[in-house]
Amino acid sequence: MTWDWGAVADFMPRFWDGLLVTLQILVLGSLISFALGLVWALLMRTPTRWVRWPVGVVTEFIRNTPLLVQLFFFFYVLPEWGLTWSALTTGVCAIGLHYSTYTMQVYRAGIEAVPAGQWEAATALNLPVRHTWTAVILPQAIRRVVPALGNYVIAMLKDTPILMSITVLELLGEARLFSQQNFQFTEPLTVIGVAFILIAYPASLLVRALERRLVR
Amino acid sequence: MKDPDASANPPVDGSELIRFDHVTKRFGSNTVLDELDFSVESGKHVTLIGPSGSGKTTILRLLMTLAKPDEGTITVAGDKLFPAPEKQVREVRKKIGMVFQQFNLFPNMSVLRNITEAPVTVLGMSKDEAEARARELLDMVGLADKCDARPTQLSGGQQQRVAIARALAMRPQVLLLDEVTSALDPELVAGVLDVLRDIARTTDITMLCVTHEMNFARDISDQVLMFDSGRVIESGVPEKIFNDPEKDRTREFLSAVL
Repeated sequence: MTWDWGAVADFMPRFWDGLLVTLQILVLGSLISFALGLVWALLMRTPTRWVRWPVGVVTEFIRNTPLLVQLFFFFYVLPEWGLTWSALTTGVCAIGLHYSTYTMQVYRAGIEAVPAGQWEAATALNLPVRHTWTAVILPQAIRRVVPALGNYVIAMLKDTPILMSITVLELLGEARLFSQQNFQFTEPLTVIGVAFILIAYPASLLVRALERRLVR
Repeated sequence: MKDPDASANPPVDGSELIRFDHVTKRFGSNTVLDELDFSVESGKHVTLIGPSGSGKTTILRLLMTLAKPDEGTITVAGDKLFPAPEKQVREVRKKIGMVFQQFNLFPNMSVLRNITEAPVTVLGMSKDEAEARARELLDMVGLADKCDARPTQLSGGQQQRVAIARALAMRPQVLLLDEVTSALDPELVAGVLDVLRDIARTTDITMLCVTHEMNFARDISDQVLMFDSGRVIESGVPEKIFNDPEKDRTREFLSAVL
């Protein structure tokens, strides 16, 4: 086996295309998982069982079934119901939804970690419930969970190649395509492996730094 | 019984402001308050003393609606606080402020914002007006230079003085003080008690105070209520309770804490 720098150079244009798609998935998927996870967490705090129960069942179901199965379901079944999205949109929504069932647990822990005294002080000041959430509880809860959310972003980065299975050409998809066309596997796969490390490792250092700063 | 329409007239000094009728509060099988009747007159400073677990703090928590009684009625300035619909509870609760043992300042806000948050959102005060008032209050508690500090940058005594300013910013008629110096280092207690003495002397606010600082209780109280097992077993002016209590139980308690 020999290393061919020429193959690396040939792969690079596709690499950049793939990197762009991977980062798109990561950013949009993260935003969906952050927002939706918070919605789930708040719905699980409502007093009515009729809200908590269905939300609990659905999120438990999504968390405990494989992402790959969900991707196939969204990609092949939803169009039968008339919902036709591009592969990328489908993938981003599926991965965001999947991860939202994890981030909801992170938010829940963060909300529960806010001392009861904060709620009591808000009641004593007659603050409306909604305002207590937005001005007192959530700012404290979210600050505490930023590092944990960051860890899920890194985990999601490592899950992005699964989207290849529904024809999304992210890093691994581009590498495979290049390999099959040129019969050169070593170079493209090594290049994207290095790329994953170059993104994930600094990101994990950033998460650790945030942990030191934000979690008291 | 009070006329339900009496709320239309603001209470004058000396009229009944707080009234508990047959209030019972249980936690599981433990009866903390047992058909308690008591009332507090407007402008008075009342101290609740008694062994821990005798229900003193529960009274403050019921008044602040942090807990609900199992039975009985609670009336504030002629309006029902319990039982009452949520909307009325919110109105009646505006008359009450509370300072907690653990301060409970909002750590995500500056000192100034801690004080202005409720006046702006609940009373609809303008930001400028609320800030001007907050600065006055901070000056009163000796912390005029701490406006922009975060609560975590302050000592416990300073945090508690901010908490007092925060409660007063809502202009409550009643101030509930729940063991406000118990969590403080000994050298910080005096500063907080001095602020409270000042407030007791210079305002007509009604104070309901649970404390283990007997000298402070003697100083500021118009009336002392001795609790035991969820009932008031003795009440009177501080001179009477502290110097010449009638009940053996009171004498025992005082000799243990003094």
